[in-house]
Amino acid sequence: MSQMKLEAKGLDLFFGAKHVLKKVSIRIPDKQVTALIGPSGCGKSTLLRCFNRMHDLNPMAKLKGDVLFEGQDIHLSKAAELRQKVGMVFQKPNPFPQSIFDNVAYGLRLSQKLTKSELEYKVKAALSQAHLIDELPDLKASAMELSGGQQQRLCIARAVAVSPSVLLMDEPCSALDPISTRKVEELVLQLKSDYCVVIVTHNMQQAKRVSDLTAFMYMGELIEFSETRQLFDKASHELTRNYLEGSFG
Amino acid sequence: MRDRVNRLMALIIQACALSSVLVLMGIFLMLLINGAMLFKEVSVFDFLTGMTWNPGAFDGPAYGALSLIWSTILVTIGAMLMAIPLGIAMAAFMSEVAPRFWRNLLKPLIELLAGIPSVVLGFIGIELIGPLLQKYLGLSTGFNALNGSILLCLMALPTIISLSEEAIRAVPFSFKEASYGLGAGKWETLIKVTLPACTSGLIASSMLGLGRALGETMTVLMVTGNALQFPHGFYDSVRTLTSTIAIELGEVASGTTHYFALFAVASLLFCLCLIINIAAEAIAAKFRYRQT
Repeated sequence: MSQMKLEAKGLDLFFGAKHVLKKVSIRIPDKQVTALIGPSGCGKSTLLRCFNRMHDLNPMAKLKGDVLFEGQDIHLSKAAELRQKVGMVFQKPNPFPQSIFDNVAYGLRLSQKLTKSELEYKVKAALSQAHLIDELPDLKASAMELSGGQQQRLCIARAVAVSPSVLLMDEPCSALDPISTRKVEELVLQLKSDYCVVIVTHNMQQAKRVSDLTAFMYMGELIEFSETRQLFDKASHELTRNYLEGSFG
Repeated sequence: MRDRVNRLMALIIQACALSSVLVLMGIFLMLLINGAMLFKEVSVFDFLTGMTWNPGAFDGPAYGALSLIWSTILVTIGAMLMAIPLGIAMAAFMSEVAPRFWRNLLKPLIELLAGIPSVVLGFIGIELIGPLLQKYLGLSTGFNALNGSILLCLMALPTIISLSEEAIRAVPFSFKEASYGLGAGKWETLIKVTLPACTSGLIASSMLGLGRALGETMTVLMVTGNALQFPHGFYDSVRTLTSTIAIELGEVASGTTHYFALFAVASLLFCLCLIINIAAEAIAAKFRYRQT
């Protein structure tokens, strides 16, 4: 197997005195969808946020252990540079209260000097990648006027516009209706040909539908990590089996 | 029984609400009716465009309010040019940049600034700012529009800072998170996401600061020199609408043309404030996006 895209080695994370991640080690390959599942509070979102240093924003968070991106310690480069390569889509759609165009152009304007036509081209490319371009006749309209599902796909377009190599998705469908959810899931399946996608979900069926690999977490520990089919069919750990059967969660 | 009490309470509350509207209407009508009396003798056009305000002259008193209007506008614009950028920068610093220690120190200090009586500020203008301006700008007097602007800036700042800070603080964290997630830094997030997201709040706070500056009387009366002339810049002595009313109303005989002229000036001030408030609403509404 080639080099891993993302890697955590013996990762511990504390929020103040609370021990949230316990010795987590995981190796996430490129061009596949990796799902993180587990009951609420198990640390799956927290782990996801380690990969683009979102915990930097929280002064209470303390991290021990290594997180690698393409083999490099992520804490050696600048957080802003890392986040351009490791994009993120959040749980609640959070477009900026600006126009659709400006939303997608935001990251591009930050990192690249582009002419007006280049910018327009890239914005439209990102929007068509998110299958939004046909639904949006007017890119100057406010992003806040879109439906929730459209907003979330806009956020995906915004994230892919800067051409990252990893896309972190933190329960991207939990605020969406079933039809929008399906659209986002289809999108995820298409995105994996270009990106390494890591998706946190509390929906086991979703993990089954979209992911190649699944990690099950419980109480801050990574219990089991394997190919999705194997994990769902014959999990080796009893906790995993109990969770998948719905005995707790 | 219960139903009747409910209806009675509703009636009382409605009456209270109505009374404040009635008082406001009453003030406006009193100003307008008395002010309108002036226009029996002086044309509206002469009042609004006349450069000379000299109601006390024996041979042909003049009631041209243009220099007063321009003085008010000049002092207020000067104050806002300083107070708005300073106030918003300060608010952004306090809510987004400063460590908690500085925030806890600055917030009460700024509230203290709001509590300084305007007379005291006028004193500072006379004793400190005036002489400083005179010395370092080489002016013949430090009592001019600039001095008034500086003091009005100080008076408008607490309003602008505390309301702007609230507006900035109200911006959802998810916007900032999204910005950081796309590789933006602290400053980029502040300038490109956080501040634009609360534009309507910032405009509202600036307009309230403006309203405070426009209506302020005592400090400008004390430090602007009150010369009856048409000011050509910030270094000229000015006499605002408010100062004119304060200075002259005490000595004017009731029912004279001069008396009515002062009411006309007051109506003008009232209208200016009204226009600013309406404009503020309109501008704020234009920037207000539907928040989901």
